[in-house]
Amino acid sequence: MPARVGVVTFPGSLDDADARRAVRLADAEPVRLWHADDDLRGVDAVVLPGGFSYGDYLRCGAIARYAPVMTRLIDGASRGLPVLGICNGFQVLCEAHLLPGALVRNDHQHFVCRDQRLRIESTDTAWTSAYEPGQEIVVPLKNGEGGFVADAATLDRLEGERLVVARYLEVNPNGSARDIAGVRNEAGNVVGLMPHPEHAVEELTGPSTDGLPFFTSVLRSLVGAA
Amino acid sequence: MSRVVVDVMLKPELLDPQGQALVKALDRLGYTGVTSVRQGKRFELEVEGAVDDAVLARVRDAADTLLANPVIEDFTVRAEVG
Repeated sequence: MPARVGVVTFPGSLDDADARRAVRLADAEPVRLWHADDDLRGVDAVVLPGGFSYGDYLRCGAIARYAPVMTRLIDGASRGLPVLGICNGFQVLCEAHLLPGALVRNDHQHFVCRDQRLRIESTDTAWTSAYEPGQEIVVPLKNGEGGFVADAATLDRLEGERLVVARYLEVNPNGSARDIAGVRNEAGNVVGLMPHPEHAVEELTGPSTDGLPFFTSVLRSLVGAA
Repeated sequence: MSRVVVDVMLKPELLDPQGQALVKALDRLGYTGVTSVRQGKRFELEVEGAVDDAVLARVRDAADTLLANPVIEDFTVRAEVG
């Protein structure tokens, strides 16, 4: 039986279909999850996709973080459920305090959309184990509020405990502290990433297929855990 | 009905790109001499009854939970008089 990976749709989510497609291309079964449902439908892992949850009226992800499905997700994440937050999903995970730091408006104030080079810094997570340590990849990035910030002590802890998952190379597209593109929790089951690996899973539609290992990694980790 | 005001500001050590854009725009419009602008958010909460310490404490809790993100923002809570 293939692993079942849930993808949450919030009002305003726009990359949920792409995330489900990436899950399918990784040979897992994508499961639609609705933000207002108090149920994770028994999935083995969850992706919080990009988009603009609830219009992000207050702060990106701030209201979405209190969606009923998030209560279950926070509970699951604390018990080891693999959770990947991409872009707005990353913002939701920070607002939920499942990941440290926060995402703020890009330092240059413009929405940015580009194919971004990254270095994978941490491969002992549920979502990056299929990469080589230090592997450089290119995936799309598109955000207006993608600047990762945290206080100096938190940034030092992220570096010291090797909790930075991916770093921007060549260009820092949004003013993120220390070129941080993604972070993880201590256990490695929760990962947040501002760029979009789900848009780089097929030659036809992406700049590369460099994003697919995020989705095959989680299957490996699930097989390992079973 | 009474009103409680919550003011939220980005922490001083964080860059405020909106404020920086405003400094430039003000200068362009001839309002020279402004060296810094920081843009915040103001929330006005209408509450039932009078504002006492318990109400303020509850609003402070709400601000800490939802209205502000303490990771990046500071906030103040006060009863609006009048």
